[in-house]
Amino acid sequence: MKFQGFRGGVHPPQAKSTMECATVRMGIPEKVVIPMQQHIGAPCQATVKKGDTVKVGQVIGNSDAYVSVPIHSSVSGTVTDVSERIISGSKPVVCIEIKPDGLQEVSEDIKPPVVDSKESFIKAIRDSGLTGLGGAGFPTHVKLNPPKDAKIDTLIINGAECEPYITSDYRECMENTENIIEGIKHVLKWTGIPKAMIGIEDNKPEAIKRLKSAVKNISNISVHGLRTMYPQGAEKMLIKTLTGREVPPGKLPSDVGCLVMNVASVAFVCEYLKTGMPLIKKRVTVDGSSVKTPMNVEVLIGTPVGEVFSFSGGFKSEPSKIIMGGPMMGISLYSDEIPVMKYTNALLALNEKDGKIPEENVCIRCGRCVSVCPMNLLPFDIDRLVKANQYDDLDKYNVMDCIECGCCAYACPAKRMLTQSIRLGKDVLRRKAKK
Amino acid sequence: MENMLYVSSSPHIRSEVTTQRLMLDVIIALIPSAFAGIYFFGLRAALLIAVTVISSVGFEYLIRKALKRNNTIGDLSAVVTGLILALNLPPALPFWMAIVGSFFAIVIVKQLFGGLGYNFVNPALAARAFLIVSYGARMTSWTPPLTVANDVDALSYATPLGALKQGGQLPKLFDMFIGNIGGSLGETSALALIIGGIYLLARGVISWHIPVIYIGTVGLLAWIMGPDGIFTGNPLFHVLAGGLMLGAIFMATDYTTSPMTKKGTVIYAIGCGVLTILFRLYTNMPEGVSYAILLMNVSVPIIDRCTKPVRFGGEAHV
Repeated sequence: MKFQGFRGGVHPPQAKSTMECATVRMGIPEKVVIPMQQHIGAPCQATVKKGDTVKVGQVIGNSDAYVSVPIHSSVSGTVTDVSERIISGSKPVVCIEIKPDGLQEVSEDIKPPVVDSKESFIKAIRDSGLTGLGGAGFPTHVKLNPPKDAKIDTLIINGAECEPYITSDYRECMENTENIIEGIKHVLKWTGIPKAMIGIEDNKPEAIKRLKSAVKNISNISVHGLRTMYPQGAEKMLIKTLTGREVPPGKLPSDVGCLVMNVASVAFVCEYLKTGMPLIKKRVTVDGSSVKTPMNVEVLIGTPVGEVFSFSGGFKSEPSKIIMGGPMMGISLYSDEIPVMKYTNALLALNEKDGKIPEENVCIRCGRCVSVCPMNLLPFDIDRLVKANQYDDLDKYNVMDCIECGCCAYACPAKRMLTQSIRLGKDVLRRKAKK
Repeated sequence: MENMLYVSSSPHIRSEVTTQRLMLDVIIALIPSAFAGIYFFGLRAALLIAVTVISSVGFEYLIRKALKRNNTIGDLSAVVTGLILALNLPPALPFWMAIVGSFFAIVIVKQLFGGLGYNFVNPALAARAFLIVSYGARMTSWTPPLTVANDVDALSYATPLGALKQGGQLPKLFDMFIGNIGGSLGETSALALIIGGIYLLARGVISWHIPVIYIGTVGLLAWIMGPDGIFTGNPLFHVLAGGLMLGAIFMATDYTTSPMTKKGTVIYAIGCGVLTILFRLYTNMPEGVSYAILLMNVSVPIIDRCTKPVRFGGEAHV
C-alpha cells in the first residue's frame, strides 16, 4: 500500500488528561465581553449601544461584508460598555460588555431556520454565526460556497485533535455523535458533495469506534483512524493523509476538491437547524500545570477566561502563562480578562517552569527543523535571514507556505524561535506585496 | 492576577532536547572508545585525553573572553572537540603538540569563524590535518598496543593500513575489531566505536544514514577495487582499518559540517566513502578518512543548495 500521510511532524507529549472528563456546563458569568471580531474577515459593527437590554441569541454585531459573520449575545442583560479593547495581538477591537441579568431570556427571533435550497442553507449558516470551531475561525458559509468552477468531491470532517491537552473535539465525538452524523448529512445534502470522510487520530480509539458504529449503515460517510502525529489536524496535512492530494501553494482545499470542517462545527450545524439558537457557547478544555482540576467546560462566549479557571477550581500554582488554544498553536494571553471566543477550544494555564520562555542559543545546523517541517521549508535559513534583516532574499524560501504549526521551534535543540521568525518574515513579505 | 504573564509567539512547549544534552550524549558515546584507548595504550592515553580536553575548554573560554563574547563552555561543545581530537592523535604524541592542535581547532577553525554552528570544517579533523602538516613524523609514529610484546620498536610500529601500503604483516580481523592494533588513540577499537554509535542512534542524536552509507560505500568499493582485479578486495579489512569507524560515526555526523536534508546526507556520505577509498588505494597516504571528510565538509553548501526539499504541493525549489 502506498504511504498515506504527510512528511515531517513531531510527537509532543499528548497530555490529554481530560479525555474522560465529561463536559460540565458553567453558569452565567459576572459579565461577558464580546469582541466584534472572532473570525477571519471583516470585523462586525456593534448593533447595540450602552444601556440597551439584550436577550440570549440576539444579534449584537453584524457586517455587510461577505467574509464575516454576525455576533450574538450569549446572555440576557444590559450592555454596560461598547469600546475598543486589545484582545490579542496589538490591534484594538470593539468589544461589547454585557452585565447579565441572570434570567437568560431567549430572543423572540430564535426559531429554526427554513432551509429548502443551497442558498437558504448557506444563509442559515451565516445567520448562525458559525466560524470554523477548530481554532482558525474562518466563516463557514464562505467555505460552503466555493467558487463555481471548483468541483468538490469530498467533505472532510476534522476530528484529529492533534494538539496536546485538548480533548474538546474528542468529547464532541463521544457526547454528540448523532449530531455530528446528522450535521454531515445536512452539509452533504445541501452542498451536493457526494461523500464525507471523518479523520480521527488513532490515540482516540473510543471515538473512532463510536463514530464507526454510527455510520455503519451510511454508505457515503466513512471514518478513518489516522497516525498520531502532530500536525495531523492541519487542513493540508489532513487532506493529504485522507485523499493523497496536496493543496498547491497559495491555493485552497477547494482547489483539490475538498472541503474541511471540524467535528464541532458540523454538530453545531445540526443543532442550529433544529433549534435556531446561534453560536453562543463553546466546549473548552481547561488544563495545564497550574490548573487544579483539569476538565471540559461548556462556556458562554464572552466569559472572561479568569472566570472559567475559577469555575474549574482555580489554580494550584500561580500561572506564568495563559494560553488560548493548544500549546503548539495557541495564543498566549496578557490578561485573564480576555473572553472566551468562538474559536476557543482550550484554556491552558502553565506554571513558571512550563511557561518560561527558554533562552535562544546559536543554530548548530542539526537539521531537525528541516526534517520536521510538514511544508518542506528551511526554517533555519528563514530565521537567519529574518534575524539579519535580509528581507530581499526571503522570497526564495516559500515563507508564505508556512502553516505556523510550530514543529520547527518545538524540535530545535537551541530553542530558537523559528516560528516567530517565520511569522515576522511573512509579515514583511505581506507588507512588501501591498506596496 | 498578581503576577505578570509571559506572552510569546507559539509554540509554547519545546522538546526536551537541548544543545548541551546533545553534546553530553556525544561525550557519553565516546567514553567506550576512550577507555579502549586507555586499555590498549596505557596511562599515556588518559593523560593525552585530559590534555586536549582541558586545553580545548581553556582556549574556548579565553578566546570568547578576548573577543568579548558570552562564555560558551557550558554548551560542552569544546569538550567534544577536545575529546575527538585526542582520539585522533597517536598515543605517544608530545603534549605540547596536542595543545597546539587544541588551539588550532578551537581558536582558528571554530571561534574565528563565529563559534559553534559556524565552522565550515570539523575543528578536530582540521586540527589533525594541521598537525600532520606541521609535525609529520610525530603524527605518523605509532606505538604498539600494550598487549603486544614489548620487543617491537616503540615508534616504528605500523598501523594496518600502513602495513598494507608497505607490504607488511596484516593483523587479524578480530584484533582489528576489538582494537588490539596500532593506530590513533581512539580509532582502533571498532567494537567500542560501534557501541558508542548505537547509543547515539538510540538517543536520536544521529540518524543511521551517514555512518551506514559511508562505511557501506567504503566496504563495497574496497571489495570491487581489489588488489587482484575487481571483486577481489577484502571489505572487512578496509571497514575495520584506520579511522573509518571513528570518522563515520563521530566526525562525518557533525551537525554543523554535514548537510541539512536526508537526501543531502546520502550524497555526502557516499562522497566520503568514495574519497576515502581513493585516498587509501591511489595516493601515497595510508589513510584517507580525515581528508575525505574535510573535503566533503567544504562541499556541504553546494550539496545543500542542490538538495533543497520540494515544497508541499509544489514544484522543485528555486
